[in-house]
Amino acid sequence: MGHLMVDARSVRKSYGSNEVLQGISLTVESGEVLCIIGPSGSGKSTFLRCLNHLESINGGRIYVNDELMGYRQSGKVLHEMKPKDIAKQRQAIGMVFQRFNLFPHMTALQNVIEAPIGVGGVNPEEAKQLGLELLAQVGLADKGDHYPSQLSGGQQQRVAIARALAMKPKLMLFDEPTSALDPELVGDVLDVMKGLAKAGMTMIVVTHEMGFAREVADKVVFIDKGQIVEMGSPKQVLDKPQEARTKAFLNKVL
Amino acid sequence: MATTDHTDYGDDVVAVPLRHPSRWIFGGIATVLLLSFIWAVYSAKSIQHEIVAKFLFDPRILQGMLVTIFVTVLCMFIATILATLLAIMKLSENPLQRWLATGFIEFFRGTPLLLQIVFWGYLGIIFPQLVLGVPYTDIVWLSGDTSDLIPALLAGVIALSLNEAAYSAEIVRAGILAVDSGQVEAAKSLGMSGGQTMRRIVLPQAMRVIIPPMGNEFIGMLKNTSLLQVIAVAELYTAASTISSANLAQIELLVVSGFWYLAMTTVLGFPQRALERKFGRGFATVGGRAAPRAFKVGRR
Repeated sequence: MGHLMVDARSVRKSYGSNEVLQGISLTVESGEVLCIIGPSGSGKSTFLRCLNHLESINGGRIYVNDELMGYRQSGKVLHEMKPKDIAKQRQAIGMVFQRFNLFPHMTALQNVIEAPIGVGGVNPEEAKQLGLELLAQVGLADKGDHYPSQLSGGQQQRVAIARALAMKPKLMLFDEPTSALDPELVGDVLDVMKGLAKAGMTMIVVTHEMGFAREVADKVVFIDKGQIVEMGSPKQVLDKPQEARTKAFLNKVL
Repeated sequence: MATTDHTDYGDDVVAVPLRHPSRWIFGGIATVLLLSFIWAVYSAKSIQHEIVAKFLFDPRILQGMLVTIFVTVLCMFIATILATLLAIMKLSENPLQRWLATGFIEFFRGTPLLLQIVFWGYLGIIFPQLVLGVPYTDIVWLSGDTSDLIPALLAGVIALSLNEAAYSAEIVRAGILAVDSGQVEAAKSLGMSGGQTMRRIVLPQAMRVIIPPMGNEFIGMLKNTSLLQVIAVAELYTAASTISSANLAQIELLVVSGFWYLAMTTVLGFPQRALERKFGRGFATVGGRAAPRAFKVGRR
């Protein structure tokens, strides 16, 4: 396949004396979908947030699209970059949050085109075209002038996906995108994500949707207590887990 | 005890909301009290109505009112900008900025406004000469007598603005803190800079929380301009007291200035409501319900 989109090498992260990531190493190739599963508090969301430097790290290295994320290396020391430079790196990485985090004072379309205009320098007319196309892609062509408070949870999350896509990212991060949704709304969001995966988007998805992981993921990784316990194809990890901890977790959620 | 009526009226029954007879009783009592107060003031021998009427539209009074409006608007404008800077500094990760902002706020909140006005008004006594330049060099941009460089009006504006900035800073800070941290993360993840995030995402949402207490501050400022009388700024209250010290009609001129202060604070309520509606967009609020608005591009 293609080149490495994400290359995380023994990433460590502590809050005080509590080491929440104890050396996570994994790679994601261009076009691959990686699903991260694990119990709550296992560090899976923290790891995802390290990938676009919403969290700083204490050790290890993260390369996204061949660029060292958030730091400049000189010898054995990583120097944190200036916010301006980190912001530039983040443009290539889209992120979708559990609680949507749409901008409530802007309409759906304004949410989508805010970053292309303000960050990407796209002219407003062009951005509007792009925004309408993206909203159509997530099935919300007629909701452009609705405020987030006038949309259902599932619709809000789809707007959030469109907003992340508007910066034309090379990598999409999903942090439990369906956990805050009513059950009947989960399907619409997952369908949009499946469409993205099919179109070749590189995706890392923290999720509790085992069905989605089985159907869409190229690779599944099970994280517990800040360590990778098991990693492999969905069949290997979900159907024939080797480790006791993986088995115990899957027994609880399936 | 409630009894159940078992008579069959069919399904054609009507529900009515709870009635509130006590509201009518209290309303009646309040009306009587208010009317008798107005009558008492109106019929008081000490207040001569024709003098009130004569000075209500006196050019000196109207001129003073213009000064009051000018000073209020200018001071609130300066104070709001300073307050936003102070609030952002106080929330900064840089400890020096935090301490500076905290020190400023503590100092200007901790001393009486009247004292600050007198201080700026009589700055010329403390520092007769003002020199603006680079210390220990010959570079001087501006120098002269303090009383020439800072006339009373400017001293008043400085005093009121700095004091107000200290109070408003806490209001702005509360507004910024009220914005969900997920908003900042979403903005960051889109590659927005800190400044963009603050301008486009955080402050517009903070405005919703900031405006009601800032409306209060605006009204407070309007009335506090009357304190500038002590440094002889020719605002409304100074104008009224100058007239009354000549004609000795103190009460009548108090009524005149009171009337205009009340008129101005009442009018201020309208722009506040308009602003609340504007920044309430997208939020379901009690006052202004979120209404879908036609899409607009190129808002910047």
